[in-house]
Parts: sequence; C-alpha cells; structure tokens
Amino acid sequence: MTDQNLDAVWLTLRLAGTTTVALLALGTPLAWWLANTRSRWKSVIGAIVSLPLVLPPTVLGFYLLLLMGPQGWVGHLTQTLGIGLLPFTFGGLVVGSIIYSMPFVVQPIQNAFEAIGSRQMEVAASLRAGPWDRFFSIALPLARPGFLTASVLGFAHTVGEFGLVLMLGGNIPGKTRVLSVEIYDRVEALEYAQAHWLAAGMLLFSFIVLLLLYAFNAKPRSF
Amino acid sequence: MPSTPSPAASDSTAIHVCAALALADFSLDVDMALPGRGVTALFGRSGSGKTTCLRIIAGLQRTGQGFVTIGGEVWQDETRVVFLPVHRRRLGYVFQEANLFPHHDVRGNLAYAYKRVPATERSVTWDSAVELLGVGPLLERRASSLSGGERQRVAIARALLSSPQILLMDEPLSALDSASKAAILPYLERLHDELAIPVIYVSHALEEVARLADHLVMLEAGRVIAAGPVAETLNRLDLPTAFGDDTGAVLETRLAEHDDVYALSRLSFDGGSLWVSRVQRPLGARMRARVLARDVSLTLEPPQQTSILNIMAVRVEDICDDGPDRINLRLGLGESSVLLARITRRSCDQLRLAIGLHLYAQVKSVALLS
Repeated sequence: MTDQNLDAVWLTLRLAGTTTVALLALGTPLAWWLANTRSRWKSVIGAIVSLPLVLPPTVLGFYLLLLMGPQGWVGHLTQTLGIGLLPFTFGGLVVGSIIYSMPFVVQPIQNAFEAIGSRQMEVAASLRAGPWDRFFSIALPLARPGFLTASVLGFAHTVGEFGLVLMLGGNIPGKTRVLSVEIYDRVEALEYAQAHWLAAGMLLFSFIVLLLLYAFNAKPRSF
Repeated sequence: MPSTPSPAASDSTAIHVCAALALADFSLDVDMALPGRGVTALFGRSGSGKTTCLRIIAGLQRTGQGFVTIGGEVWQDETRVVFLPVHRRRLGYVFQEANLFPHHDVRGNLAYAYKRVPATERSVTWDSAVELLGVGPLLERRASSLSGGERQRVAIARALLSSPQILLMDEPLSALDSASKAAILPYLERLHDELAIPVIYVSHALEEVARLADHLVMLEAGRVIAAGPVAETLNRLDLPTAFGDDTGAVLETRLAEHDDVYALSRLSFDGGSLWVSRVQRPLGARMRARVLARDVSLTLEPPQQTSILNIMAVRVEDICDDGPDRINLRLGLGESSVLLARITRRSCDQLRLAIGLHLYAQVKSVALLS
C-alpha cells in the first residue's frame, strides 16, 4: 500500500465518522419529530429525507454543487459568513454526505421510536418524569437497537459513496480523494494490483459490518 | 341527570371531576364528586367511558372543558386555563397491562418511581411498598421472567412509590387469568386497609367492585347513572338492567357462630342470618356477603322439609319489570337490610305478590367477598 492509498483510507474513515456523528445529532430530533408528529408536513419532510434513496448520487451532487457554488445561495451564505466556498473541500463532502446518508440514519431511529408506542411514555409521565426526562430515560434506551443500525448503515453508506464525491469534491489527494475515487483512479491507470487491495479490503469491511449488524439484531433480546 | 350532590366543601381531600368530551363515536359528560378516602369504583360496560374518565383525571386525555380538583388542589380548570401536565400531578396510574420498563429489572422499575419523588414529599417508603405488595423476592428479576400477576403487583408497587395523592387503577385485573386474579385480590384489600391514599378503580366486573369498593359510580354511554355507597347502590332495584345476570344484594355481616359438627358458620346481619361453609376467621369478623337475585326463590308459607339452609321472613318493598318474562323484587329484612329476588312474571302473578306482602325468601347460595 502506498502513502497515497493510506491517505485515501484515512480520509474516508474521517469523512464517514464525522458524517455519522453529525447525522446522529441531527437525525435523532428529526426522527423523534417524524415518529410523533401529527402535522401534515410529516409526509413532505419524510419524502425529502428519503429522496437520496432513489435519486442518482450524481443528480444530488450536481444540485449541491450549484447550491454551494459561488452563484448558489448556500455559497453566498458561506462566503458572507467567512467560511468560503464548500465545493472541493472536506467540509463540502461532509455536508453532501450528511444529505446523502440521511435516510439510512433517520429511518431506523424513527422506526425504533415508533415501536416504543405511547404507553411506556404515559407510564413514565405518571411516575413524574417530565418530557426531557422521558426522552432520555425511556425513549433513548428502548430505541438503542435502532441507533446501532442507524450508525452502522450511515457509516458504511458514506464509506461507499462515489458519484456524489466526484461531483462535489473532485479528486484532490488528501482532501477529497476518498477510497472509492482512489480505486477508480487505480483502475483507470491500469494498476490492477493496487485496485485489488483496496477493493477487496472494502468488500471485506462491508461484509464484516453487515455480519456484525445482523448477528447483533438476530440475538434474542435479553428483556 | 341524576348528578351527584356537590362535594362536601369541608372535606379537603375530596375529589371533584367535571368533564365533557365529544368525539365522533362517543360523547362523555360527567360531573362526579368522589370521597377523598377509600376505594371508589367506576363501573360500567365497556365503552361506557370509565377509562376515559380516569385518563382525564390523570391528564392523559385532553378535553376542551374540564375541571379536576384533588384535595383542594386544582389540577385542571380550563375556564381559567389551568392544566397541570401528567408528570406534575401527584398520582399513581396502574394500567390494564403492567407496562414494566423492559430495560430495567424489578428493582430498577421501582427505583424509577422512587428517585423522582423529592424526599420531603415521600409519603410511601420503599420498604412499605415492597412489603405491601410482596415484591421483595422479585427485586432482581427481569420483567419478562415474571408471571402476569407478579408483574401487576410490581406495577402497583411502582405506582405507590411515586407517593401519589390518589391511585388510579384501570381494570388492573382484567388481563389476568382467574387464578392470578384470586392471588392478587388480597393484596388489593391490604392496600385498601393499610393505606390512606384514595383509590379510583375502574372495572366492569361486579364481583371485584362488590369486594373492593366503598363507593360506586355507575356509568352508561358516557353519563353517570348512579353514584353512592356501594351496598346502597348495588341494592337499588331501578338499575338491575345495568347488572344483568349479576344483579344481587350486598349484605354487611358479622361472623356470629361456628358449627363444627357440620362445618358451617353463621353470618348475622340486621334482620337475619345466613349459614355458609365454615369460614376460617375469628368470631365477630366483618364479612361482606353477596346474594344474587337469581339465587333467591320465594314461598308464601314457611317451607317445611327443604334442603335449603337459609330461609328468611321478608316483606316486599318494591316490584320492578326486568324484560317481558321476568320481575325483580326488593325484599326488606329488619331495619335496613335488603335482598333482591328475580322470578318469572308468571310466578309473581300466581303468588299475587304486592308491595307490603310478607313472605319467605329461600337463599340457594351466598358469595363471601372478604
């Protein structure tokens, strides 16, 4: 493995880790709202969150590029705030990945919250637990399997993204050249041995992640 | 509407609930003044609004207009935009299912309630709740390993450990089989005897109500149709359609005598006495007995040579139709005791029964409630 390969691996892990943490922070309140609201906006927001499931990543990347570029309003905003332009930076990739992997994090958490039902929360309320108390002492612990699934899927899905990265991040070594792009480069350069190393590693990684996930979720719950 | 009289203003622990609710398929309109002590049963068929009343008291069900005061403390007065959320109402709520928290063991479930009560407000101690419901041996167990009856006992102990001003119980026995029910009833009786916390107990099982309750509120289609002390209300003749085959009278008796030769005991009450199978209780013990109307037959002459043990001289106090073929009668004994009898219209005509007539009641069976 070359230094260039290792850079790509490290960048990919950093991107996936940052994205997953950010998605858990943003996705949990969103999933809670979706699981409990009776607002008519529920279906609209739910559809928007699910959009990346069906949209080609290049389409998503293209629009994000326009939005975050010098002419887009997000671009205007980031420039006004002194952050500069996001496309072709690590920050831009994080923002793109958050949107791209959103459904893989929000939906498992939302399903887990919905499965708890209202009765356990009513019991907790009758035992003097206020809304925040109920959320942290009942909803979060009971939704734990959903959070595990969400973290693993969000992380793995970000590791595997390609089209969006290429559109939004380009191919800058150490900055936006993630593993999937690196593999593409090696194949283009006909360096199959290196491509094999990386591709097989990724295959193994994905398999182990899914194996752990299924093994954990198949284990009979101890309560 | 036979709404109950306004609550005794001097009784600072009295409970006043007034609520109206109109849904697509159900409407509720109640005004209840309940005593601040003992067990009050909300009794009625399913769909009569019992559970909804309980949820309104708890604040789990919002109503457009509602008024709930407990012991002089206003929990809800929507004319003045007062609405305490559930977690600020000092209540214990026991649901039909125990709903133990699956991520805690029994001790954790009890501690969840206990640690949320400020030390100054603790009126129920850990040890007393654990002892009263007999859950000590279960503390380290997981909820999933408990039987239905054990789970419900833990749920009741948990509700008590939140040191409630009032305990709300929504058919806590209905999800249990009859053996578990029989096993848990003594615990509920101890609760009644040893705690000063008023209990509102929702049930559609007359047996439970007659055994546990002191005060009875009968609901039908979202309205209160009767309210009062339990024996008095159960003995009313104008309500039996609400009771169906369970129509019967409740007698407050004392254990007066044991007959060791025949293994019988005699219960005496104002106006008569009843022989029942030997009761393992000391003489003088208070016993509540229930005689179903369908177990009472009538004769004009004192019967000779009969296998029926319990025969009493009674007078007809009231006669009331119950369907095309049947008649319910209220029979008086002594100063204030009452038996109910259900007979056919034909028998009633053949015996020429009329109010004021003296005759004999034969009681085929007696149920002891405590």
